[in-house]
Amino acid sequence: MSWFTKFLSSSIGQKWIMALTGLFLMLFLVIHLIGNLQLLKDDGGEAFNTYAFFMTHNPLIKFVSISLYLFILWHAIQGIRLWRSNQAARGSRGYAVNYARSSEVSSRNMAWFGIVIFVFLLLHLYQFWLKMKLGVLPPAEVAAYDHPVQNLYLPVKEAFSNIYYVLFYVVSMVVVGFHLWHGFWSSFQTVGINHPRYNGLIKSVGYAYAVLMAVGFSFIPVYMYFVQQ
Amino acid sequence: MKLNLKIWRQGGNYKNGQFVQYELPNVNPHMSFLEMLDVLNEQLVSKREEPVAFEHDCREGICGTCSMVIDGRPHGPMKGTTTCQLHMRHYNDGDTIVIEPFRAKAFPVIKDLVVDRSAFDRIIQSGGYVSVNTGQAQDANSIPVEKDQAGRSFDAAACIGCGACVAACPNASAMLFTSAKVSHLALLPQGQVERKRRVLKMVAQMDKEGFGQCSNVKACEAECPKEISVSNIARMNREYASAAFTNESN
Ligand code: HEM
Ligand code: SF4
Ligand code: FES
Repeated sequence: MSWFTKFLSSSIGQKWIMALTGLFLMLFLVIHLIGNLQLLKDDGGEAFNTYAFFMTHNPLIKFVSISLYLFILWHAIQGIRLWRSNQAARGSRGYAVNYARSSEVSSRNMAWFGIVIFVFLLLHLYQFWLKMKLGVLPPAEVAAYDHPVQNLYLPVKEAFSNIYYVLFYVVSMVVVGFHLWHGFWSSFQTVGINHPRYNGLIKSVGYAYAVLMAVGFSFIPVYMYFVQQ
Repeated sequence: MKLNLKIWRQGGNYKNGQFVQYELPNVNPHMSFLEMLDVLNEQLVSKREEPVAFEHDCREGICGTCSMVIDGRPHGPMKGTTTCQLHMRHYNDGDTIVIEPFRAKAFPVIKDLVVDRSAFDRIIQSGGYVSVNTGQAQDANSIPVEKDQAGRSFDAAACIGCGACVAACPNASAMLFTSAKVSHLALLPQGQVERKRRVLKMVAQMDKEGFGQCSNVKACEAECPKEISVSNIARMNREYASAAFTNESN
């Protein structure tokens, strides 16, 4: 094995992969949320469709989004592998008395949250991303371009007029929030950033970030369902 | 005071174990937890029953052998306290106490509460030492070490290798132990020559022993009798990556 594959397959190397892909995904979520906020404008989807066209046709963003797909897959596969090997290391017999108070709920259930996020992602990609890629959406006129663009706003509006889908979406975003509640701080610790002067800051920013993502993403479908309809 | 004990009894690694209930009618609150078990064992021996096997040596919190999980917590309920330093005055008359061995695939049960922790010895053997010739014992202060640095190294060196971190971790990870040993030497001038080789070898051995991977749950730090900080784990993550990327041999 070369030194590099040895590093990547070691326990610590695998953790570095989780942390670096996780950090990238966390950055992506911020961009994604800013984009989604276009849905709040009461303009029949004009701003959102313009944004969606831009995101799918800018070459740099296309490159980043391909890395994003790979990173999500890498993060998910690596995460599940780590989870399985950790269960094996714990052994077949558990404790008769489990004392849970020495750790946080979010930290102990990262893989479960991850699985929920993955299922959500499959549905999410099928509903919006795939339709966009296949080009089956009707055209929409927007002021920013002199040609029609795909009307991604249509399936979004349709999905968010279904209360069950809105509920599913909100629950999934709460799960994302839990994943990030632990994940933000954890990724810093994994890449070795732990210093008494900054630990408090990293934790607080992480908690604020997790809540902001969960509330921010949830607010949009709730607003569209109850206010924009 | 009167106590009810539920203790894990197991003849050997390949035998099945089960909990057995015992009653101790007269426990002195000044006893340590191990003395309480001694009383139980005397009671069992006088009835010609097999005594409960448990490990102990120093009984003063420095050797790290007194491994057991008491009511779900390695070394029991008191913070920063080994089982041998836990006293019965923290319990109430009539309490039921559940006592189990450390559970982890890399720590197989030998008998009752005794587990095989030689995986830790092999991690130390793989690099947890200074093997270059450092000559005669130096005069004090002839190698200057900055005060804070020495303090951090000493805090890491306080690890007694008890394995409570592994027992508490939902992943049975040995990262707190290994990182304490890596940090202890990486922070001192004497440890510099073998610094990169040490962390690479110790982590490789740790992985080979079948411990799990750290997911920063921090149950280890909460249960460690020497209150070793997870900042050592962050340090080992740095040390390992930088050694992997810059080590010249292999
Ligand atoms: C937008 C989606 C996601 C984001 C932003 C994200 C972010 C993160 C972050 C920052 C961490 C902490 C890394 C560390 O401890 O060093 C993490 C850990 C983890 N993630 Fe994700 N994640 C996402 C999706 C997923 C998915 C889809 C799965 C699995 C199917 C998953 C499974 C895990 C697991 C199991 C861990 C714990 C790894 C460990 O510490 O051992 N995540 N995630
Ligand atoms: S780090 Fe703490 S819990 Fe782990 S072996 Fe050392 S003293 Fe015991
Ligand atoms: S018997 Fe030595 S630490 Fe408890």
